[in-house]
Amino acid sequence: MISLRLPGVLAASLLAVSLPLYAAETAPDAAAAMQRSFEAKKQAGMDRLQQDEVQTLCTRYTTATLPAEAASRIQQASLATVKPPSDGQYLGDYKAGEKIAQTGTGLQSSDDPAKPNGGNCYACHQLASSELAYGTLGPSLQHYGKLRGQSPEMLALAWRKLYNAQADVPCSNMPRFGHQKILTEQQLKDVMAFLFDPASPVNQ
Amino acid sequence: MNTPRATRRALLVGSLLLLAGAAQAETSTQDAIAEYREMFGDDNPAELWQSRGEALWHTARGPKQANLTACDLGLGPGVIEGAYAQLPRWFDDTQQVQDLETRLVSCVTTLQGIPREEFLKVKFGDGEKKSELEALTAYVVAASRGKPIALPMQHPAEQAAYALGKAAFSYRAGPHDFACATCHGDAGKRIRLQELPQLTTAAGAREAYTHWPAYRISQGELRTMEWRLQDCFRQQRLPQLKFGSEVAIGLTMFLAKNAEGGTLAAPGIKR
Repeated sequence: MISLRLPGVLAASLLAVSLPLYAAETAPDAAAAMQRSFEAKKQAGMDRLQQDEVQTLCTRYTTATLPAEAASRIQQASLATVKPPSDGQYLGDYKAGEKIAQTGTGLQSSDDPAKPNGGNCYACHQLASSELAYGTLGPSLQHYGKLRGQSPEMLALAWRKLYNAQADVPCSNMPRFGHQKILTEQQLKDVMAFLFDPASPVNQ
Repeated sequence: MNTPRATRRALLVGSLLLLAGAAQAETSTQDAIAEYREMFGDDNPAELWQSRGEALWHTARGPKQANLTACDLGLGPGVIEGAYAQLPRWFDDTQQVQDLETRLVSCVTTLQGIPREEFLKVKFGDGEKKSELEALTAYVVAASRGKPIALPMQHPAEQAAYALGKAAFSYRAGPHDFACATCHGDAGKRIRLQELPQLTTAAGAREAYTHWPAYRISQGELRTMEWRLQDCFRQQRLPQLKFGSEVAIGLTMFLAKNAEGGTLAAPGIKR
């Protein structure tokens, strides 16, 4: 009967191994130490230290080390958060989008909460060829729309990436601009236009 | 302050600004800073903080009218040469792991009797509002120039501080999901034109840690490691990192340990 019982033991140990994945543990008491080590300042309240499941998992793992089960869990949960534009129109004003891409302020304790948040795209991505001060934390998005066209699938994919990048790349470093309400729906549309509009400097 | 040296400094700062303006597109920030360092030679504005710190160190002050020459920074009372290279470390008298800045607070409060809140009223200087802590820090740090970073790391609390620092480094939180590791976890990356050291490696940690504290050109102030860390968290959109907190000490320990063997060149000059 030993051969019959083994799978049960295996299943039990697998369960024990996979359980901590979903517990809110990061490292020994790191979350508690973070709570003790910070204090609220202006708009940056202490609630910002509370991790959601994606943040907890992506603290423990990177995209490369994330177990497959957790990866698909993040992807599915994140996909469910993505709201398409309410009027079905993906593209706004590329000039407004360029300004959002250039603006790095928003949500810092030192920022004016009355001003619109920036997207700070240039911190991490190359976009317009004319802007040389771009970062390299993310891939180059030069000629984004020119290379990809404006098929419904392509527009939906780019919207998803802006809204919640975790839906496509679990534990991506990219902020969830829509899901976390960093940018408004209109701002997201404007950034979309900056990426896709043939007249946008991104596609020159 | 109208010495020839100060005048030269003003001219150099002016020409740097011109240079930065004219060459915005072609010259990277790194090139501009390298050029700035070259113009200064050994003449680092941080010297102003160092000499102010040296005076503070030797002046009898506070209710106890004592100077700080009995301050034990880990190598015995009054020994400042090489002390910074072995911090943070465990101190028996305070029963804490302390970085240089929290240790200086201990010395000021116990030896001079100055209340912590009073001494820390200006933690980080701002123009006319001068920080005594920054001046003392600069003075002590400069006495470790050329020394290799070597931490004791024997006490369990020191190892625990390192482990916490390591965990805090990867802690993703806030509206942007940022952690220290988001920007400083990979090699060869940059934000805009600013190159980012990979702080988890010896090379990256040394490059950064050996030059902090530093004179910050853009602010015209000498900035300490505690300042640097709390400013990183501000940019991460997180709340205010408390001075001398577990996470502040832990992260300093994590960076210092990763930078071990590196030769200290602080106070440095940063953008």
